Amino acid sequence: MYPSIHPSIHLSTLTSISSSPVIIYVHLAVQQLQTLCFLANFPLAKMAAQEVQPSETIAKLKSESEALKTKLEEERAKLHDVELHQVAEKVDPLGQFVMKTRRTLKGHGNKVLCMDWCKDKRRIVSSSQDGKVIVWDAFTTNKEHAVTMPCTWVMACAYAPSGCAVACGGLDNKCSVYPLSLDKNENLAAKKKSVAMHTNYLSACSFTNSDMQILTSSGDGTCALWDVESGQLLQSFHGHAADVLCLDLAPSETGNTFVSGGCDKKANVWDMRSGQCIQSFETHESDINSVRYYPSGDAFASGSDDATCRLYDLRADREVAIYSKESIIFGASSVDFSLSGRLLFGGYNDYTINVWDVLKGTRVSILFGHENRVSTLRVSPDGTAFCSGSWDHTLRVRE
Amino acid sequence: MSFYKITMERVIVSMQDPDMGMKMRNQRLLITVIPHAMTGRDIVDWLIQKYTITEEEALHIGNFLVKYGYIYPLKEPRNLCLKQDETPYRFQTPYYWTSTRWPASELDYAIYLAKKNIRKQGELIEYEKECYNALHKRINHTWDFVVMQAREQLRASKQRRKADRIVLECQEQAYWLINRPPPGVMDILEQGPDRRNVANTRVQLVSGQMLAIFVKYCEQYQDHDPIMQGCLPSNPWITDDIMYWNMNSETVTMPTKLRVERWSFSFMELLNDPLGRKELLTYLEKEFSAENLCFWQACEEVRHGEASKIAAKVDEVYKQFLAPGASRWVNIDSKTMEKTLEGIKHPHRFVLDDAQMHIYFLMKKDSYPRYLKSELYKNLLAKAIVPQETKKSVFPFMRRQRHSSPSPALVTQTAEDNGKAKPSAAKANAGTASQI
Repeated sequence: MYPSIHPSIHLSTLTSISSSPVIIYVHLAVQQLQTLCFLANFPLAKMAAQEVQPSETIAKLKSESEALKTKLEEERAKLHDVELHQVAEKVDPLGQFVMKTRRTLKGHGNKVLCMDWCKDKRRIVSSSQDGKVIVWDAFTTNKEHAVTMPCTWVMACAYAPSGCAVACGGLDNKCSVYPLSLDKNENLAAKKKSVAMHTNYLSACSFTNSDMQILTSSGDGTCALWDVESGQLLQSFHGHAADVLCLDLAPSETGNTFVSGGCDKKANVWDMRSGQCIQSFETHESDINSVRYYPSGDAFASGSDDATCRLYDLRADREVAIYSKESIIFGASSVDFSLSGRLLFGGYNDYTINVWDVLKGTRVSILFGHENRVSTLRVSPDGTAFCSGSWDHTLRVRE
Repeated sequence: MSFYKITMERVIVSMQDPDMGMKMRNQRLLITVIPHAMTGRDIVDWLIQKYTITEEEALHIGNFLVKYGYIYPLKEPRNLCLKQDETPYRFQTPYYWTSTRWPASELDYAIYLAKKNIRKQGELIEYEKECYNALHKRINHTWDFVVMQAREQLRASKQRRKADRIVLECQEQAYWLINRPPPGVMDILEQGPDRRNVANTRVQLVSGQMLAIFVKYCEQYQDHDPIMQGCLPSNPWITDDIMYWNMNSETVTMPTKLRVERWSFSFMELLNDPLGRKELLTYLEKEFSAENLCFWQACEEVRHGEASKIAAKVDEVYKQFLAPGASRWVNIDSKTMEKTLEGIKHPHRFVLDDAQMHIYFLMKKDSYPRYLKSELYKNLLAKAIVPQETKKSVFPFMRRQRHSSPSPALVTQTAEDNGKAKPSAAKANAGTASQI
């Protein structure tokens, strides 16, 4: 039997040398066709002979969508509908920012996945892929405690408000609380309390106003509120259609809501008492990796794999700003505000941190330094600095 | 998680736009001429110009375009990085884009290595040799097919023009360098644990007035934002001097002016600061309404405390604040009182919410504004400290010693261990010293 030539030969001939721009556009459509053909076992020669003119339809659709866009803008303008940057036109622009790395924390043997600040403004807890959770005095860079979890990919960790315990979890589907003992001989793992139980990985956790309650989010699509002492489930939150990746508690006066973001591209606001989803926002084009409230609690920011960060106003029930740039290709993994809410720091998967002017929507600064993805970023409780953790095994504190 | 493929391909397509894209030219490679090539310098310049970014950022992005296989180097194929000089590069054919052909199949890799093996007459690089042998073991049953395909492809390629052949080889090699990286090279395709993904808006109107609150908030807090305006005496992270933290600690006798000012921004600011709360309590005691604040605090403890202690705490609250003739009776409207008293027969975490909210708003609307106008507050504000800016060290290159602080865990533990042997102060919490 005559051996059939592997298809790659034919296709390379078509595509390689004459890779001028026009044909690129055709390829983008052709590659869909070729996948179909391979699956359906069509001989390639036949396929190449078929007429493919996607460029015409693409151009037509493009101009149609542009026209619709303009019409929408016009209608919006008539009703005085505005975006945040328009309202902020009269605000003074920000000057140049110089932010240097003031501390580098080395000690993790693998990717740093999560970190959180202690209320004392200088200590932090961090967790990594190899199962290690470390408590540092970031100011002196001393390590104060270390715990080895029985699982890898510890994606979530949080410091208790009292500073006396830390919570963490990941691929073990649990959230465990470790009281921080100062006895050098004591094995922290011995006093561990298993609090939360999900049916998929733990993506984020946070203590509420006290050491006694923990809020968790999970790859099983739910969030849950737990009583630490008993491990009892106090409330569960259902509504996401896919993995929930992040959460943040509202700083509001009545302290009863929180926001979560997930792989279903939605950000949901929940009532902690009833378990109901009271607001939902769906404008991102891909997974939402991080959500964080604006300091007043009137809005929250999100960071997504679609390479944008966005601001959602809770009273207006709408997105009011997008922070993006065509040259930013990779997703934002983690976001946080400066104390006044004027700056939004975003850690990205392209190893950089972009600093945004929240009001004007422009980028103020780009910070290099990490040698792999930035996976976690938090501003310190008194706003004097921010800390970023990365897949390059380090954490950096910058001002 | 692979959304970057969409954004990166947008950039690549822009780069190849007939009008605004890159200018490509022929590139001489030894004696062959390769068409549609560009230099590293051209790529960086185009990125700078198109996206209005710095050279550093353009180089950073350009490196990703090479690392992810959308652009490959013609001269040193193993060195997947962007050099900002005359080094020639070419766009990878879409056939080999990571978005189209991922994950790479074992069979394809075997054929590729077999071709190389035949061409180089057995002289494969170390790691490739290992892979080849491993594949031979693993897919031994199809090895005849693998070798046959390899031979056919080599024969077909010999019939091409030399320039075409070289380009094809470069493209294929670039593809495999990314999908089967040599040991030691970072695997850029690593994504982290799998996420289940599900794969579809309402139009709401927003007025300028609604958004003005953000401008107002940012303006109000600007002077309090250390990253934006700095802080006095100095930012501890920059000068290694912890005076700022000492002057703003919970137990300080005289607070700073900025701190006292901040209490006037909102009732929540006053309550959130333990010192502010203490001052408020002092004021309320003068007004004989301190029970309001105490009640509010007690309710917080019910809401956020251990589940097992709820019943006991609610009972305490009832006895102290709600029962007729209670020593610290709070003045709640009759409707709320009735509802609350009914509710505490079956106590739960939120049973005191309505009453708590009533008292909270009472304090916010009445006591709080009066406190801000009171002599107590005004005197404190007048006496509050404005720290001096830390003088720059005479020897700027000598770093100040970074002092440890007692761990919060220690502070609470000593309170608990009253009577037992106390661990010695700050030394107890020294971990592994790893000063830079």
